[in-house]
Amino acid sequence: MPDRQHIVLDARAMDRTLRRMADEIVELNEGTDDLIIVGIQRRGVQLAARIVSSINDRENVEVPSGALDITLYRDDLQTVGPRPVVGPTDLPWAIDGKHVVIVDDVLYTGRTIRAALDELADFGRPRRIALAVLIDRGGRELPIQPDVIGKTVDVGPGQRVDVLVKELDDRDAVIIAETE
Amino acid sequence: MSGALGKDLLGLEHLSSDQIRLILDTAEPFKEISERAIKKVPTLRGSTIVNLFFEASTRTRVSFEFAQKRLSADTVNVAAAGSSVSKGETLVDTARNLEAMRIDMVVIRHGASGAAQFLAERIESNVINAGDGTHEHPTQGLLDMLTLRDHFKRLDGLKVCICGDVLHSRVARSNIWGLLKMGATVGVCGPRSLLPNAIDQFGVTVFEHIEDAIQWADALNILRLQLERMQGGYIPSLREYNRVFGVSSERLARAPKDLLILHPGPMNRGVEIDSDVADGPHSVILNQVTNGVAVRMAVLYLLSGGKPELAEAAKGGGGR
Repeated sequence: MPDRQHIVLDARAMDRTLRRMADEIVELNEGTDDLIIVGIQRRGVQLAARIVSSINDRENVEVPSGALDITLYRDDLQTVGPRPVVGPTDLPWAIDGKHVVIVDDVLYTGRTIRAALDELADFGRPRRIALAVLIDRGGRELPIQPDVIGKTVDVGPGQRVDVLVKELDDRDAVIIAETE
Repeated sequence: MSGALGKDLLGLEHLSSDQIRLILDTAEPFKEISERAIKKVPTLRGSTIVNLFFEASTRTRVSFEFAQKRLSADTVNVAAAGSSVSKGETLVDTARNLEAMRIDMVVIRHGASGAAQFLAERIESNVINAGDGTHEHPTQGLLDMLTLRDHFKRLDGLKVCICGDVLHSRVARSNIWGLLKMGATVGVCGPRSLLPNAIDQFGVTVFEHIEDAIQWADALNILRLQLERMQGGYIPSLREYNRVFGVSSERLARAPKDLLILHPGPMNRGVEIDSDVADGPHSVILNQVTNGVAVRMAVLYLLSGGKPELAEAAKGGGGR
């Protein structure tokens, strides 16, 4: 029940931000060689797809991409119930020696990214793993920091950041909502 | 609490279609794990599971064991022969002794119908029925349904005929109850002596002739003919059974469409199924085996964890 909503990014601002993130990823990687973009289920996957298509357009390349569902690597599986829904993981590329960029919608405690790092290690040994997030809302519980940030927002403990993507939510937006 | 399935998986008769769908949907992402170079996720790390097998089984036990190991659980196999079971210890005493060693789950196969439920009511651990007498074999029913759904993209409206020894088959019961719940139409075909007397009450269509079943069905699930049934006087001879009820490519050639062929194994080639059918292009018998691991991983996952006292201690953590 979101009482009050505050729009952080509208559709056009979100599009601009993702294109800038795409450029920063290419810059960070010094080109697109060995680059693999991996989105975290769920909304990280759609954001990763946008970033990949932006890179492909700009650089005239085909950057490989994949999707990672980290549910089975969560550190709270012994405590949460009922069982969280497991989404598909699709990472058909050999990641050994590659530059993997993880894309997620919101970075908060860092626990999702910890799980993603563990899962990637089961797929191989990338030369480097970087992290790109659309929103950094602070509140880290683990020593994990992003390399590419769309926007940093100040969010209170009673607030929630919702990233909406048109593939799943019918529109693109980033919203801060009050939670009771 | 133990999530949407409750504490145990004892059979499909008392599950809802939503619960069955949850298991089948959860099995989908688990298929991918078995395709990885490192076929293992840390999900059940620290969980201890006992596979308590009072009847011989290779396929089901190995499948459960792969599922458990790919979820990082620690497993112990107890076979009835060579255990204190053979010294006359009761089922409950055996399970309580295992539970005193702090286990989390028991996978049980037993010759007596109702054994899994009997156990589930008496121990705290999650219980998964891996076959009890002639009652149910729920994970086999689930993997059969997953294999059918993979191929047809639906179960609703599908016509599935279960062929052979329905009377003694827990696989048949789990399939009938599960498929009917999911909206499929179920037929059975076999000698009258190998169909339950109360078959009319199952809500299935009975086919006396395998030719009629083949005309009607989208898929055949061909049960293993237990060879000891011949001694029991249920059928005159294996050759006779093959001649009347055996699924051969000649018979299938007369069907109006290609039938999907399932068999829970182990097969008696040349008895209930001919080799060219078993190895033919429409056989999904090995897909069933592959799906078995994914379905069992899904069941283990859905029944596991969620300890409320730990949730209290971890409050404040979590999130992204």
